[in-house]
Amino acid sequence: MSLSDARPVPESGRPGGGVQPEGDRHFRASAPPPSATTAAAAAVAVTALVVLCSWGTLRSVHGALVTLGQAGPVADSLLVLIGVAAVFLLWPAVRSMRLATQANEILTQGDVVEARVAAASARHFIWISFGYAAAQFLVLLTAQFFIANNLAVSRTFFDLPLIGNTFFLILKAFWINVYIFLIAEVLVLIWGLVVAMARLAPGAAGKPIRMIATFYVDIFRSLPAIINIYLIGFGIPLTGLPIVKDFSQNSFAILALTLTSGAYVAEVYRAGIESIHWSQTAAARSLGLSYMQTLRFVIIPQGVRHIIPPLLNSFIGLQKDTALVNVIGSIDAFNQSIIIASNRFNLSPVTTVAILFIVITIPQARLVDRLIERDRRRMRVGAT
Amino acid sequence: MPLIEIRDIRKRFGSHPVFTGLSLEVDEHQVVCLIGPSGCGKSTLLRCINGLETIDSGEICIHGNRVSGPGIDVNALRRDVGIVFQSFNLFPHMTVLENVMLAPVRVLRQPRGEAEARAMALLTRIGLEGKAREYPDRLSGGQQQRAAIVRALAMDPMVLLLDEITSSLDPELVAEVLNIVRDLAAEGMTMLLATHEMGFAREVAAKVCFLCNGVVHEEGPPARIFDSPTEERTRSFLKRIIEARRL
Repeated sequence: MSLSDARPVPESGRPGGGVQPEGDRHFRASAPPPSATTAAAAAVAVTALVVLCSWGTLRSVHGALVTLGQAGPVADSLLVLIGVAAVFLLWPAVRSMRLATQANEILTQGDVVEARVAAASARHFIWISFGYAAAQFLVLLTAQFFIANNLAVSRTFFDLPLIGNTFFLILKAFWINVYIFLIAEVLVLIWGLVVAMARLAPGAAGKPIRMIATFYVDIFRSLPAIINIYLIGFGIPLTGLPIVKDFSQNSFAILALTLTSGAYVAEVYRAGIESIHWSQTAAARSLGLSYMQTLRFVIIPQGVRHIIPPLLNSFIGLQKDTALVNVIGSIDAFNQSIIIASNRFNLSPVTTVAILFIVITIPQARLVDRLIERDRRRMRVGAT
Repeated sequence: MPLIEIRDIRKRFGSHPVFTGLSLEVDEHQVVCLIGPSGCGKSTLLRCINGLETIDSGEICIHGNRVSGPGIDVNALRRDVGIVFQSFNLFPHMTVLENVMLAPVRVLRQPRGEAEARAMALLTRIGLEGKAREYPDRLSGGQQQRAAIVRALAMDPMVLLLDEITSSLDPELVAEVLNIVRDLAAEGMTMLLATHEMGFAREVAAKVCFLCNGVVHEEGPPARIFDSPTEERTRSFLKRIIEARRL
């Protein structure tokens, strides 16, 4: 009976370190834990290195602040505070080292179970050290990126005075984006459902409808939105068709984006409708509800609940696509920022647009998460 | 004249014959139980009667009117023929009350107030008035099935089809559902049940039909079918049921 030559093995007595069965078979799970000291030492070394890198980076940041004339007691004490905080990375590594040593000691005393517990927590803290070290390292890289080449990145993208001066001009232009996507979203919600129902039209009579709807979805999902906007925005006025030729640029943008996004949303709706089990249709139809009544009262209300997350995805895509309307000359936030950027040879106004898009998107994602959660709580077991 | 008359119906699912000339009659106020091995077509037969499935040939008549085949207004048929499913199939996005009211309001065009009063009366009768504003997923299986029965009853059907309504319930919840069926039988509701509850079939049924190989293989009063079946297949089926201690 030899499980390990290096460490003593208890003969019997404790559960877990128990008696081995007769013969050649070993109960493998009763083996003593492998030593964690090497990995723990590696964790200490890596975290120590990252802490040193952090201090180096903080020094560079201080230098950058001096160049920018922003250094002062407040900034300095903040940097010192961050430097002290960075040292906390060492804590899990040191802890894992202690636990690993402890595990080895316990094992020499012959308690396999306790040794296993200690070794397991040692490994737990080793992984925590590596995880946090990796994260901290990424933060350092980002900081280095911003201060590299004599603050080139910061100056190019984050010229704060310029951002401040042009912010309201861009915000005003951003209203065009909001106006376009709000109206397009309402239209897409309706249009997508119409197309989805057409794609699901039943029976032989529905076949031509299904084919046309499928054709539309195929075409408009293949067309890049920018080409669509371009063709509609410049093409329709050239055709001289009555009424439509006099639409505003924004209306053409709304029309083009509705057609593109509607094709995606139609597929989302269709997936939602088809995700409802046929037994729900059977139940509704067996109560005497017609096909349309079944869709309206039973299938669509349930399907829509399933598709809220993908629907939000489509909407976020649509919102971002409003930045493409500059190809037909609408002065939206992006176009406005390009104009400023080329006058001032600095991209910071475009950063403003980027931030505006981020600021409107993130709350929507959180809001939808909460709506879904609330709906689920209302209908599911175990809720209050 | 029988209320439901099924004459020589045939149906195939692909190459698999489901019915090969099945005939069956249900009188008004009669309770008929369908028994038989799984896959013998009990559920399919019920689904054919209210038009959820079509038949290939033969005919199904209700009150002497043919209700199978092309040209039938299935929506109108289903107003008078209620069905309750094994898996309840309540609408999870509606409260119990809304589930019960949906068809009376949308199909029968009853005013909401009237439909609600009637739905509440039915729910009270089965002891679910306290759950009227709950969503189905918060109810036990037995409560859900009782609600599903009430949903079918709210349409005031002439006949009720019950498709193994206790098969997906925990054993201790079966009784509360069967009690309702028992009450309905006592009130004279015409019912056709597919069931594995042989004890219950023996108690409430006026007639038991053993389905096998696409036909009604043997039928008769429960006492005769269960105690002295004449057909070999019926005997071997019942023997297996007894071995499983379900009879």
